[in-house]
Amino acid sequence: MKKNILFPVLLATAVVFSIFSFTKIPPLAKVHKNTKPGADNAGLTLPKGFTASIVANNLGQVRHIAVTKEGDVYAKLARAKNGKGILFLKDNNGNLEEQSGFGDYGGTAMRIHDGYLYASSNTDVFRYKLNNKDEVTDPSNSETIVTGLLDRGEHNSKSVTFDDAGNIYVNVGAYSNSCQVQDRTPGSMGRPGCPILDSAGGIWQFKADKADQHYGDGVHYAIGLRNVVGLDWNQKDNALFVMQHGRDQLHDLFPQYYDAKISSVLPAECMYEIHEGDNAGWPYIYYDQIQKKQILMPEYGGDGKKTADKKYVDPVIAFPGHLAPNDLLFYTGNQFPEKYKNGAFIAFHGSWNRSPEPQAGYFVVFVPFKDGKPTGKWEVFADGFAGAKDISSPGKAVHRPCGLAQGPDGSLYVSDDVKGTIYKIVYNKK
Amino acid sequence: MTVVLLFPLMLALMGMKNDAAREIRRPQPGVQKSLAAGEKIYKKYCLTCHQADGSGVPNMTPPLMQTSFVLGDKEKLINIVLNGLKNVDIDDQTYNNPMPALGSVLKDQEIANVLTYVRNSFGNKAAGITMEEVKAARVKSK
Repeated sequence: MKKNILFPVLLATAVVFSIFSFTKIPPLAKVHKNTKPGADNAGLTLPKGFTASIVANNLGQVRHIAVTKEGDVYAKLARAKNGKGILFLKDNNGNLEEQSGFGDYGGTAMRIHDGYLYASSNTDVFRYKLNNKDEVTDPSNSETIVTGLLDRGEHNSKSVTFDDAGNIYVNVGAYSNSCQVQDRTPGSMGRPGCPILDSAGGIWQFKADKADQHYGDGVHYAIGLRNVVGLDWNQKDNALFVMQHGRDQLHDLFPQYYDAKISSVLPAECMYEIHEGDNAGWPYIYYDQIQKKQILMPEYGGDGKKTADKKYVDPVIAFPGHLAPNDLLFYTGNQFPEKYKNGAFIAFHGSWNRSPEPQAGYFVVFVPFKDGKPTGKWEVFADGFAGAKDISSPGKAVHRPCGLAQGPDGSLYVSDDVKGTIYKIVYNKK
Repeated sequence: MTVVLLFPLMLALMGMKNDAAREIRRPQPGVQKSLAAGEKIYKKYCLTCHQADGSGVPNMTPPLMQTSFVLGDKEKLINIVLNGLKNVDIDDQTYNNPMPALGSVLKDQEIANVLTYVRNSFGNKAAGITMEEVKAARVKSK
């Protein structure tokens, strides 16, 4: 039954694109003119009552974004463009005007917290002082908060979130798919006592306001998380929630246990509620959303059926495999209908390792929450980013959702790291 | 007399020309077989990351279409399959997923076949790679 979970999604995408496939988005230079919400919703399909517009375009590879209390936007680029890795876009009656750029490094994180703008490179976390209008007062003067985190290419992006007790949480992704002796090599077995876990594949907690912290200054908050790009603090539950990118290539590496079809949906992409000391089990287990069980990884003696001896943390919700959750946001605004309050929005980047099945998951999903727990099934909130009905390879996706932010009026902003488009989604009260 | 002498010469020249043209137009002997076998290897070991159309995955896996790595030096290309590749920028693009070393997984003939296939697919057109070339590269890289 769970196998069919993607079918309605693909069908919805198909329907939408038969309607919106002729939408053309004009390229915009320095001034990012707002597209009119309404008629075409910037090519997106949304629940009834919501509209979308493009508020910025062609910015570069925009990873995470932050919206200020004035409605201005900071965008973090994966690679610095003309020596600028952070863009400041000022709101001018709904248009975003590119005001300035600073920070000569690529990276992912972009969050506003307690009077500072936080940004990450692939090794460090920096912050910039903001004035009372949330503008960076001295862009050339950043403070290094965390330094020397591991970057070995694979899964090297660093994302951040904050609790209310003065701490910042930083993910360090594992520089490996499944801790094989030879990464991504057919039949190669898992490294005993996976040594990657000592400095990657987990979440670290640091002080949000202390300079130059290294691994040793922080708390190794959670382990066994292969790669987290989206994480957020849930205020209702007073706990950290993370989205894990599950492992790839079960069929390629262990065809004796997995056919291509099952490998296109396994293992689950998982949302975890994380408390200090938790272990989510990578690389020893994965979560199978069809059997609803923790399954032993084939690299560590598994065969697709064997369960683990040791129990690891179970996900609070499990999605089909390979959809690549790149941001998580608990909605605290008042603009959207009541059901969205305190629920989770997730920006899925879309898959690459589902072949020969079509790629999937270039969308933003919503999960209703109550008191810090999911109360129902996940649903597709915004779809149509990829720009075509069938995406056979990820290079064909026109846009891929990557970052989420909530505006001061409760609007939802979504960034795209292909074309550097920023979408603004609003609810129109009747 | 002259005519008698010239005639076979002309024939010979024409024959040469035809052979040369055929050589360019038609794949080298054995290449057809190599292409079919290479496609099977590609589907089994390469397609997931490099994709069915050879377009790769943005920021993760490099494309195999019209890149100097695929169309250029044969030995360099063979070595990537034998020994893998990691954290190397290609045409100013960073690709974060590693290429696994397939030297212990694939035989010389299989590597020759799949590289011949890649060099003649996705819009590529380049000379095939032989088992002997793979064998020589393997010995040299040890």
